[in-house]
Amino acid sequence: MGIIEYIELVFSDYTLRTITLGTAVLGAVTGMLGSFAVLRKQSLLGDAISHAALPGIALAFLFTGAKDSNVLLIGALISGLIGAFWIRGITTKTHLKADTALGLILSLFFGFGILLLTFIQKRPDANQAGLDKYLFGQAATLVESDVWLMAFVAGLCVLVLLFFWKEFKILLFDKDYAQTLGFNTKFIDALITSFIVLAIVLGLQTVGVILMSAMLLAPAAAARQWTNSLGVMVFLAAVFGASAGVFGTAISATQNNLSTGPVIVLVASVFVLFSFVFSPSRGLLFKRIRLIRNRNDLELQKTLTFMYHIVQDHEDISHPHAIKILNNFRGYSRKGLKKLIDKNYVKVEGEMWSLTEEGFLRASNLYNQNEKDD
Amino acid sequence: MTSAQFEIQMIACLVAVACAIPGTFLVLRKMAMISDAISHSILPGLVVGFFITQDLNSPLLILFAALTGVLTVVLVEKIQQTKLVKEDTAIGLVFPVLFSIGVIMIAKYANDVHLDVDAVLLGELAFAPFDRIYYGTVDLGPKSLWVIGTILLVTLILLFAFFKELKMSTFDAGLATSLGFSPVIIHYGLMSVASITTVGAFDAVGAILVVAMMIAPAASAYLLTTNLKKMIGLACFFGVFSAISGYWLASSLDASIAGSIATMLGLVFLTIYLFAPDKGFIAVIYREKQQRREVMLITFLLHLKNHNEIEERHVNHLNEHINWQKVRSKTILNLALKNNMVRISDDVVTLTDKGDEFTSKAIDYILTNEHGLIEDMKKDFFLFRG
Repeated sequence: MGIIEYIELVFSDYTLRTITLGTAVLGAVTGMLGSFAVLRKQSLLGDAISHAALPGIALAFLFTGAKDSNVLLIGALISGLIGAFWIRGITTKTHLKADTALGLILSLFFGFGILLLTFIQKRPDANQAGLDKYLFGQAATLVESDVWLMAFVAGLCVLVLLFFWKEFKILLFDKDYAQTLGFNTKFIDALITSFIVLAIVLGLQTVGVILMSAMLLAPAAAARQWTNSLGVMVFLAAVFGASAGVFGTAISATQNNLSTGPVIVLVASVFVLFSFVFSPSRGLLFKRIRLIRNRNDLELQKTLTFMYHIVQDHEDISHPHAIKILNNFRGYSRKGLKKLIDKNYVKVEGEMWSLTEEGFLRASNLYNQNEKDD
Repeated sequence: MTSAQFEIQMIACLVAVACAIPGTFLVLRKMAMISDAISHSILPGLVVGFFITQDLNSPLLILFAALTGVLTVVLVEKIQQTKLVKEDTAIGLVFPVLFSIGVIMIAKYANDVHLDVDAVLLGELAFAPFDRIYYGTVDLGPKSLWVIGTILLVTLILLFAFFKELKMSTFDAGLATSLGFSPVIIHYGLMSVASITTVGAFDAVGAILVVAMMIAPAASAYLLTTNLKKMIGLACFFGVFSAISGYWLASSLDASIAGSIATMLGLVFLTIYLFAPDKGFIAVIYREKQQRREVMLITFLLHLKNHNEIEERHVNHLNEHINWQKVRSKTILNLALKNNMVRISDDVVTLTDKGDEFTSKAIDYILTNEHGLIEDMKKDFFLFRG
């Protein structure tokens, strides 16, 4: 199927359109909120909470008997919130560390959820088919009302973010300062945690319990590499998340036997990998290039200093010297010499070199910190 | 109890002990989430192993899966070394990717074989006794029992052989290095054991329960003791207790055994989290309350010592001056009276000799910035505490 054909299909086919829209909106919301999770060093919170939501889904089904996804999501939300705040209780009130608390909540809640799910499955009256989808996610089960719900939550998120932007930002980077300014840090903290939980719960139906954490992390981790500004990061993360959703859906829709969740996660990871390597300021590639360039500059300066020390012994700075004597110097290279000539620091005639007036001045001021580097 | 029931419980107990030992060290080294990452990312290793061996029962499969587990740890460390993201983000990025690759590989190429993602994640202990090993015609027992038994044996041997090194590198990596133990070798040794245990246990109990069995008993034990040997012992005990009680819970509810064991582990942890002496939730809340009252008492006594004027020491005035609510000031006053720190005559509070001595000493410590010593002093002076 060609790309144009696919795009036409997205607009004409109800299912495909719903899924594409749903995953895009979901990616945007999780990307935005994920930025906060990543910056607060709570990256694995998403993993813990998505697992912790499972018993909520099962209990909601057990009590109401409804398979309506909204009721189940409320159950998931409640148990996710309990998990999130219990994690905080464990880390603040005991000496157990954050990683232990996360692992505990994750595995214990999930285990309890599995107990409930298997218990439901064995009940004769239960029409439980469909609860399984929350484990691995099934984007194909999205319907238009789900997308509306996601869009509503996304809008709410944007509003809350805009409204509390200053508070979120200050809490993120300097909690103590926020407290001294009189902000209610506990409330802001709870607010942002609740929204992270909400975003996770929304994604359960689409990508499932296990892969939800990557949806939260990957767009944010990718966005982090391109900018140092929170606003830009949140925006970029939303864009990355949404594109991961759209492309992931497209790839899984055009191939047989590919579930959407894992593909979206892989697409998002490709974004992360790309950002790790190619980001101009933090990326591995440009870091490497900068390192090599700095090393070359240093060698150049070393060569210039070496020349300067030779020239110093002569009264006339333009007195020529043989290039041969440079060969013993470790920093020297033909390319380096050529660069020095280009900068008009050195003159070369035949096999002889001499420092120019400019080169002499530059070399004598090389270690003067006030001098601007060129 | 039938022999199948006995065997299931036996397997569950062995898994519990085999997980609790590496789990203790993971919790102490703040690497608990690594076990979660490993448990997910062994999936592609299993699939690749299956493609190569074409046999679900091959021991090579376990090897491949364990290798992916170690690979996860290496990948996480490599990403962390680039300093582009923090460690937890690195963990959170690596395992979903590996897990996704595993899921896609199964869906694409292994759809017709019995390699079920559900089974990997959730396990099915109830079926474990049906998969048996025979020597000729002699029934040697369930395969899982042998697998997990071997892993446990190796873990125990390693634990006894390297206990000192493990202990040292866990609590003081710097000292361990200076004494010539390589923390890197111990680190990767521990990671390998954790991976192998995870792989060995998953087909009995599932990947998620492995995480629960590693972390929950160790965390519960950590709230009760700070002695490493006792901690390992307690962790094993909690694991075995939950394994057996979880089994009976599952058979009474007719639900997943792995899920019930995790639930029992959760209940054990919840109980200890709430009621542990010294470190439990209630004890901490109580202690914080007590400390708050004692700080108030000291403030109150300092105030009395600072003021000789009658009106400053009048009972009615104290309320508004120190700005405490009525109830609270009453408790503090009673506490001071009980300890013979103050006496009241004509509604005017005066320090007794004992109170005076206590306050002078407290001021002394506060001025010399040795607040810590006040805590010891309280023991000498107080009959009743907050």
